[in-house]
Amino acid sequence: MRKLIGNIIMIFECIRMSLEQIRGNKVRSFLTLLGIMIGVTAVITLISTVSGVSGSLTSSFTSMGAGTLTVSVSGSDLKSGLTQEDLDELAALDSVRGIVPNVSGTAQISYGGKTQSRVTISGKSAYYFFLQEDLKTRGRNLNSIDDTNVSFVCMMSQNMVDTFFFGVDPLGETVFIAGMPFVVVGLYGEDKGSGVAGMFSSSPDFLIPYTTALKMNNQNAVTSFTVYLTEGTESEEASQELENSMDAMFSWEEDCFTITTMSTIEETMATMTQMMTTLLAGIASIALVVGGIGIMNMMLTTVTERTQEIGIKMALGARQWQIQVQFLIESFLLSMFGGILGVVFGLFLSYVLCSVMGTEFVFSMGAVVLGVSFSAAVGILFGWAPARKASRLNPIDALRSI
Amino acid sequence: MAQGDFFLMEGIDKDYRMGDETVHILKNVNLSLEEGEYLSILGPSGSGKSTLMNLIGCLDTPTRGRYVLRGREIAEMNAGELADVRGREIGFIFQNSQLLQRMSALKNVELPLVYAGVSPRERRRRAEDMLARVGLQDRMDHMPNQLSGGQQQRVAIARALVGNPAMLLADEPTGALDQKTGLQIMELFDTISREGRTIIMITHDQHIASYARRIVRIIDGVLEEGGDTTDA
Repeated sequence: MRKLIGNIIMIFECIRMSLEQIRGNKVRSFLTLLGIMIGVTAVITLISTVSGVSGSLTSSFTSMGAGTLTVSVSGSDLKSGLTQEDLDELAALDSVRGIVPNVSGTAQISYGGKTQSRVTISGKSAYYFFLQEDLKTRGRNLNSIDDTNVSFVCMMSQNMVDTFFFGVDPLGETVFIAGMPFVVVGLYGEDKGSGVAGMFSSSPDFLIPYTTALKMNNQNAVTSFTVYLTEGTESEEASQELENSMDAMFSWEEDCFTITTMSTIEETMATMTQMMTTLLAGIASIALVVGGIGIMNMMLTTVTERTQEIGIKMALGARQWQIQVQFLIESFLLSMFGGILGVVFGLFLSYVLCSVMGTEFVFSMGAVVLGVSFSAAVGILFGWAPARKASRLNPIDALRSI
Repeated sequence: MAQGDFFLMEGIDKDYRMGDETVHILKNVNLSLEEGEYLSILGPSGSGKSTLMNLIGCLDTPTRGRYVLRGREIAEMNAGELADVRGREIGFIFQNSQLLQRMSALKNVELPLVYAGVSPRERRRRAEDMLARVGLQDRMDHMPNQLSGGQQQRVAIARALVGNPAMLLADEPTGALDQKTGLQIMELFDTISREGRTIIMITHDQHIASYARRIVRIIDGVLEEGGDTTDA
């Protein structure tokens, strides 16, 4: 017990002596811990920035797809897709608020002698416009009568209006989509998603009734649709209900359709982020290893320079382990200082980067813990060999250098 | 304590291998000391006196022979046990004082107590007492480079004594000092000896050696009694 207290006292004294040593060699100590500092700064910055970006990506995706499921149908030999009756049946399910078929493609557009190819066309049902009540800017929305009648009417994006109409009111005009005449009944603005997610979604140039779109594609059944869930329904639960109904429609044949929930997308995102973080952390740890080698080099030099001091301490009764602990504490502290400075700089840098990129700065406690513990580990790991060298000096040889 | 239990060297040999040759540095050294004795080991350089000092100071172990210090057999000890004996039983005084330059006089004197695991408050009290005893009560917080050579050697003596060791082991303690300062250090040794502390002093200087009450001479690794200083 007495001995334990004595050792604790000795270790405190070692910390004090190490601090004096580090302070006594300010420039050299700073240059040495610079390596660790840069490494930790890199780790913190990369991890914080990546988690900031992925956080904002995830939240945009989630807000885009909250409360929806996407179903894509590959069909069986007997049944290639869902009929209107099937869709009505699914729409009547408890967890389903409404269903919007997606029939999209590209086509050539011509009007008044101008043509443009590869224009995006999207077939939607009336329910879509019920959900997107802010979409329309002028005219009228497509409605269920258009769906039932397979009408050749369309809504046009502002972008397309600017391309084809100059000084002419597009409402009531007839444009040719893939050679078929469509009457323009409504206009809508661009519905770009906000933030990073905006890059991944853009609204189509033309909206037409989905029944018309199916007919133009020579399809008689819907193969892709979005399911809007009733308020408060878990997507897993809804997915299960939907799957049961659809299994019946496809006579329990396997692999006829895929239901994608938002959580599936989130999982994929999380996996991607994880991989990214691991990769970057791997790169950053190389910087830490280089910093560690710097510390090792400095400690080896120190041991050689202070052979006399080691000899005197041994003559005064210092045991080998006490000498070793002293040098180990010195490299540990040196590395820790580098680590703490690195954390501070790293957080500052990632804050600046996040502001520049317009993503939210996320304080990652994990990154801080990782940075500090990594630098502590580097200090002990790379300080071990020099400290051992110091402790194994023969006291006679060490004193002879006097 | 029985005779020879305090300090006894019996048939000590120390060999070094130099390539294929074995060099006998110390040959059958026999030496015994009673507690409180003041001994000089006098010898020219190359006589083996440094090797003998290393053995006495438990910095090294003999090739053959027996060494007992305060009843403990030293010759068979490992490095850790030797360090323990050095810390408890031996107060080293080197030629150039060998203070740690980054520490104040007080911290230098405290250092042996750090390794002995003494609490900070107790350490400070004992170090202050010891510095006062060597006449440096006004210089405790001075750094070594702010002290004269004689003052530095006094700090070294305080550091050697602070752990209350069985003996002081001094290697040319006046070697780096001018004559007057050297004399003062010798007077301090005299005082310490009169207080009952055992002192072994190693020197090549006949005059300095004569301050001790007993002299042994070492020539070519062979030790012989040099008689009382009163005879010299």
